[in-house]
Order: sequence, then structure tokens, then C-alpha cells
Amino acid sequence: MARTLAEALIASHTTDRAEPGSICRVRVDFAFANDITGAPAIEEFSRMGAERVFDPKRCAIVPDHFTPNKDIASARQVQAARRFAREQGMLFWEVGRAGVEHAFLPEKGLILPGEVILGADSHTCTGGALGAFATGVGSTDLAGAWALGETWFRVPETIRVEVEGKPSPWVTGKDLILSLIGMIGVEGARYAALEFGGEGIAALPMDDRFTVANMAVEAGAKAGLFVPDDRTIDYATARAARPFEAAYPDPGASYARTVRIDAGKLEPVVALPHLPSNVKPAKECESLELDQVFIGSCTNGRLRDLELAAAVLKNRTVHERVRLVVIPATVEVFAEAMKRGFIETFIEAGASVSTATCGPCLGGHYGILAPGERCLSTSNRNFVGRMGHAGSEVLLAGPLVAAASAVTGRVTDPRELFGVDAFPKGGEGE
Amino acid sequence: MSDRFSGKAWVYGDNVDTDVIIPARYLSTSNPAELAPHCLEDLDSGFMKKMEPGDLIVAGGNFGCGSSREHAPLAIKGAGVSCVIAVSFARIFFRNALNIGLPILECPEAVSGIESGQRVEVDLAEGRILNLDTGKAFSAKPFPPFLRDLVARGGLVPAVRARLEERRRNAR
Repeated sequence: MARTLAEALIASHTTDRAEPGSICRVRVDFAFANDITGAPAIEEFSRMGAERVFDPKRCAIVPDHFTPNKDIASARQVQAARRFAREQGMLFWEVGRAGVEHAFLPEKGLILPGEVILGADSHTCTGGALGAFATGVGSTDLAGAWALGETWFRVPETIRVEVEGKPSPWVTGKDLILSLIGMIGVEGARYAALEFGGEGIAALPMDDRFTVANMAVEAGAKAGLFVPDDRTIDYATARAARPFEAAYPDPGASYARTVRIDAGKLEPVVALPHLPSNVKPAKECESLELDQVFIGSCTNGRLRDLELAAAVLKNRTVHERVRLVVIPATVEVFAEAMKRGFIETFIEAGASVSTATCGPCLGGHYGILAPGERCLSTSNRNFVGRMGHAGSEVLLAGPLVAAASAVTGRVTDPRELFGVDAFPKGGEGE
Repeated sequence: MSDRFSGKAWVYGDNVDTDVIIPARYLSTSNPAELAPHCLEDLDSGFMKKMEPGDLIVAGGNFGCGSSREHAPLAIKGAGVSCVIAVSFARIFFRNALNIGLPILECPEAVSGIESGQRVEVDLAEGRILNLDTGKAFSAKPFPPFLRDLVARGGLVPAVRARLEERRRNAR
């Protein structure tokens, strides 16, 4: 039977029949938690009667959410995680040597094409950009995977997303995924796998693919998968921490449905409060004034994102009413952004730049909102109270819209600052 | 908890996300007793004042969407909610609820047939939901056999324990 990518990935990790709807016991290649989900996973691991993790080189904790420790309770959670990781000999990195898990782990070659990855964090689906079946679970499921090196999956149906045509340089991976979520809704892919393909995907840089895969869960998806191509294999080969073998869908695989997107017609968008599916063209929202702009997170804190933001902010200043918070997603991104002058650009523009961590994305620290405040963020969720008080608002957008909006102090289509034909110097990319 | 219980229903809409079930500002603990006072705080700040242990949450589609935080079903269970009935559940919340032993039922008909404040009786083993105020009865969608077995065994922790023991026996 011709298989979708999701079916091929699960089939290569199970002896059960991997057909949509069937439940399989699946081997796990890598299993990780963060400082918030790690603490309960450690407790459950011990309640399971487990003593050692299945393979310490394939188990990790990335302390990224409330680090650098924001208060005593958070410090204790990280302390428990650190202690457990040391006892088990598993992977653990201190703040300042890591970053946001979903940006950091692929960088370290710990999430690879053809693999099955389990993470105690919903944005684990980011790994789908590499053609890995990467999916989020809770702490108990993760503890089970640490103990056994396996988990159970219901094999998902697959929705194929065909991206036709090429996007304009003003359209980023964020605009693509927000537009898709706007089309299919926040439960449009519930329990399903998204499989991205087509001409518009071939042209998409890796960093943008991570952005797209990252938000698959905001459409309810179990995974957001990219079929590996030369870009994928080059990225993975340069970084791989272990051997890997990519998996591919079969020709003629059967999809639950196909969604077609004409990339040529996409434009810079924002998701208005309080759902990621509440998507509007940025130029239709220009009356919305902002108090804060956040550029960072596992969605849009990578080098390409900072490159685009810096291209917009070069020789400009952040609006006097606006706080701009920039948090590179990993230390590697931070260091490279310094070398290339992006960090200098941000500081000269009047931004606050911080060490690699999740920051205000989930309302942890580094930029919490007061009642009535409005933040435009490059992160992935705009739920009620997501970044602070329940009476605050979050809008989602890509790095170009975010940087342009920081300059004007209101939601801004970047073409308004530059003119359609004058893409900012330094933002051309590859 | 027994398989049969009743309580007052508190009805909410679609897409009740895990951020409003338990905001991140409280995630520096995973103790259900510490999480419970903040259950649904950003959706309905009066919830913990009006609800009584044994009450039910009834909601629309995609309940528990968003973050993978197991703290969400833990907060609901810690608050004493006996069961969540929804049109549908987001997948991570669904797994988490089964894993920690929070009873959940998928039943769109019941969600349409129950109003906030009405008394509801649930027979969990049979998946039967009875609106005690209107007398209307509903049947929830049964779980697949694999999940029924997982729940019957007491969730994932005993299942993993048994699997580890099986491996130790085989290794001898």
C-alpha cells in the first residue's frame, strides 16, 4: 500500500500494521522535556518503577521556559531536572549554552530525518521540518518513553498541503502557516498529520520551514511534516549527532484531503486575538496601536528571522511608545547575529535584547503584559492571558511585520515602510 | 472514584485552551492542590468559587488545545471536577487526561442538551450521560479497545510498570 510520509515514518518504527486509525507500539529515537514538563515527568518515571532511561544519549532536558530561573520555585524545578539528568547521564545544558528546545535540538543534530521524536512540549512538531515524526505529549507519556524507548500512536490520517507558486520576498514562512490556519481553522487538522509539498515549499529556507512545522499544532495537527529534499539533507548531514535514514512518502499515497495554497497570492498577515486562526492582512489592521513587540521564540527566533528584522530596523528607531524585546532562540543564533551586526542594529534601534530562552512567549518572564496592553509577537499563540494579564492582547505575525510595526508603533505591512519593489538591503537571504 | 457520579454542569464554548485552564504563571509547581485554586482562572474567574467537588465541565470542540502541560488536567482533577464532557478534545489533552485519570467523554449531543447549572449524572463505564433536570439521556462515543484497556488498568503508569516487568522477565 502506498504510504504518506507519516505512515512511512511510523511503519519504520513498529512491527504493528501502520494504517490510518490503527494503534501502534512505536520505537522512539529521541525523547525530551523542558524545565516545566520535566519535573512531573521525573516523578512519573519513578512511579513507573523505572530506574534508568532507555538510552541517556537519546534522552534530554532543555531548561528554557523559566530560565534564567525567574523565581525560587522555578529554580527548584530546574534543580530537580539537573539532578535527574546527572544521575541518568542524560543530555542537559545550562542556560547560556542552549536555547529554546525546538530551535536548539535540531541545531545540535539531535532531531533527524526519518526519526520518531517525542517531546513533552506541544511545539515538538517543529522537528517535522526535518522529515521526522516529531510530536508533543504530556509529562507522563514522556516518562513512559524515557523508561521504555517506545510509546503508542494512533496512526493519523494525512492532510496534504500543496503550496503552488513562489511567495514574494515580503512573505515569510509565518505568513504561510498563519494563512493556512486561517483557511482550515484551529481544529482543521485535529489528530491528523500535515504533509507540506509543492513548488512553494522547495523555495522555502530551512528556518522558514521550522516556523511552518512549529505551528502545525495550532491547527490541531499531530505532526507537520516536510518531505526531505536537498536543503533538509544538507542541514541534517552538517549537524547529525547520529546516523540517520530519511523516509519519504510513496507516489500515489492516499490523503484524507488536499489543501492547495497559491503562494504567489499570499501577503503579510497578522492573527488577531484570541485565536491563531483569526488571520487578517496586516495592511487591514494598521489602526491597531501597540505597546510591545516581541521577536523570538521557537517559531521565529532563528537567524533568518533576525536577519529580516535587522534589515527593517537598520538606521531606524523603535517607536517611543513601544518596547521591543528581541530574544535569539539559541546561543548559536545569538553569536552569529552578533557577528553579522544584527544585535548592534537592534540595540541602536532601541530594543531590549536577552539571552536565549522562551521569554515572554508563554507569559513566563522578560516582558509580561499589563491589563489593556497589546503586544505583536512572532511567537505561536495569542490565547487569552498568554503573555500576561487576561485583559491583555497578543497578535501574531512574522519578523518583517513585527519589525515594521515596532518602528511605527502600530500594526504595519512592511511594504508600507519600503514600497513594494524596495525589499530592504541585507534581507535578501540565500 | 466510582464509575457513576452526578454533579452540576458548568458549560463553556469551543477551543478552551490550556493557557486559560491553568495560566503559565502558575506552572512553577505541578502539585494538583496548588494548581486547583487557579483552574479556569482566565476564562471564568468565578469558577472555583461557584463549583463544588463532583461538578462537571461541559464544553464545545477542541477542548484543551494548545500547550502540552499536564498541569491542565491536573488542575481540573485537583479542583474536584468529576468529568469533562466535550464535543471533541485536542489530542495532547486527550492523552494527558487518560494518563492522569481525569474522566473525559466525547458527546456532541450531550453538549447541546446541557445548560450551565443543570444537574448531570454520568455512568462512565457505559458512557451514559443523563441530564437529571430534563430527563434527556445521551451516549458518549466509546474509546477504542486499546484505550479502554489502558484506562481499566489505571492509566499509563501501571501500563509502563507492567511492560518494564515483562522485559525484566524476558531478560532473565
